[in-house]
Amino acid sequence: MNTTEKLQYYKDLLIELTKKEIKIRYKNSILGYFWSLANPLLLTLIFYFVFKVITKIQMPNYTIFLISGLFVWQWISNSLIAATNIFISNASLIKKVNFPRNFLVAALVLSEGFNFLLSIPVILIFNIVNNNYPTLLWVFIPILFIITALFIYSTALILASTNLFFRDIERLVALFLTFIFYLTPIIYPKYLIPEKYKLLLCINPFAVVVLNWQNIFFYKQFDIKYLFIATLYSFLLFKVSNIIYNKLKYKFAELV
Amino acid sequence: MIRVEFENVSKYYRLFNSNGIKDFLFRLPKYMKQWKSNYFIALEDISFKIYDAEVVAIIGKNGAGKSTLLSLIAGVLKPDRGKISVKGRIAPLLELGAGFHPDLTGRENIILNGILLGMTKKEILTKLDSIIEFSELKDFIDQPIRTYSSGMLSRLGFSVAVHTEPDILLIDEVLSVGDKDFQKKSIKKIYEFKEKGKTIIFVSHDINTVKNLCDKVIILHNHKIIFSGNTEEGVKIYERL
Repeated sequence: MNTTEKLQYYKDLLIELTKKEIKIRYKNSILGYFWSLANPLLLTLIFYFVFKVITKIQMPNYTIFLISGLFVWQWISNSLIAATNIFISNASLIKKVNFPRNFLVAALVLSEGFNFLLSIPVILIFNIVNNNYPTLLWVFIPILFIITALFIYSTALILASTNLFFRDIERLVALFLTFIFYLTPIIYPKYLIPEKYKLLLCINPFAVVVLNWQNIFFYKQFDIKYLFIATLYSFLLFKVSNIIYNKLKYKFAELV
Repeated sequence: MIRVEFENVSKYYRLFNSNGIKDFLFRLPKYMKQWKSNYFIALEDISFKIYDAEVVAIIGKNGAGKSTLLSLIAGVLKPDRGKISVKGRIAPLLELGAGFHPDLTGRENIILNGILLGMTKKEILTKLDSIIEFSELKDFIDQPIRTYSSGMLSRLGFSVAVHTEPDILLIDEVLSVGDKDFQKKSIKKIYEFKEKGKTIIFVSHDINTVKNLCDKVIILHNHKIIFSGNTEEGVKIYERL
């Protein structure tokens, strides 16, 4: 195969694998699309009740704030949890067929990303109902989508590859995500974080990514700093994940 | 033209720790020490060449390393020592329908499987009708394949694999798929490949098929090649093992 044919092949592979993931999700359920909305919306309801009604958090438009973070979070956490196990659940394929295995992870992340894109109209409706109209910042959505997808893909690839060597990672991921969820300003706004802990926001790549989406959907401000840090993290992780994956990929067939 | 060449190839299976991360961290020094010594030899010092238009059988007892050899050719495994060069597109008939998803229809699975085997979408679409026809599953092709019987699944998998226009066919005991008619048809297809001058590498315990089909045999015994050459001679040696 020459280079253009190869590129065409990789494109087809990615598209078909992503389509497969999306198809299977919607195939046998009548409510399909609504299920992917159900979880974040239910969480929004719960957190709204706990923090707005019970503890009376001082924050306008708390509902919009919640959903501007929870849908991205669902993309991140669903992808990471499913990716950790993806090589094991495709064992027969890995053992017998030689194709780029990282495409399985990429397709998974994109299919979850597709779900996230479908949830943007819901975010829009919530905004409009509360007399909050989208700003020009929304044009950054495609760029931010790519950066976020790259970030999730890289993290997922590291988890998926190492999980073959240490199956504990599967359990650790679930714990780790719960931990990170509360360390990321999704249910509390960033300005409530005490000054001395503010640095943690930049250290935690999950927080940086989520903050960028909140900037578009909720804060309506363009913060080049966070966009830059997110891009940096994504490329750094992408490099690292590539090194790890390329070192380990030939062992996959022995381990699944 | 040399299609497949092995030069002094060895494959060891390292016995990875399987006790999880805790055990690994607590006993790191011990693992480091054992890392080098803790392995199992699957293939040792294997060298051979397979040329264009050759039909080669790899025979040997269970556990001799035949499947490891095929996985190495398919590029799924990497050798620990030595060099492997493979030229051309491979159709691995190792496990038919690897990657089929039960909830997708036959048609959708053909496209998915074809892409995983290295075809572009365009290529598959041009061959779709012929794949469906060969599989004899026309009436069921838009049903989810969880409704298929195992014979139907193998037929579908076989059809996709032989339509990839391979230069090298790797066959691992899969000619027994489907009913008598389909078996005949698939053997015929294999002969067709042979006539077209494709390279076929074949693992089987079925000595009759080996005798009929192959020009050359390679006998693996205790992870080494003990014979490589003429089929008749090879079969005799194999039967004495």
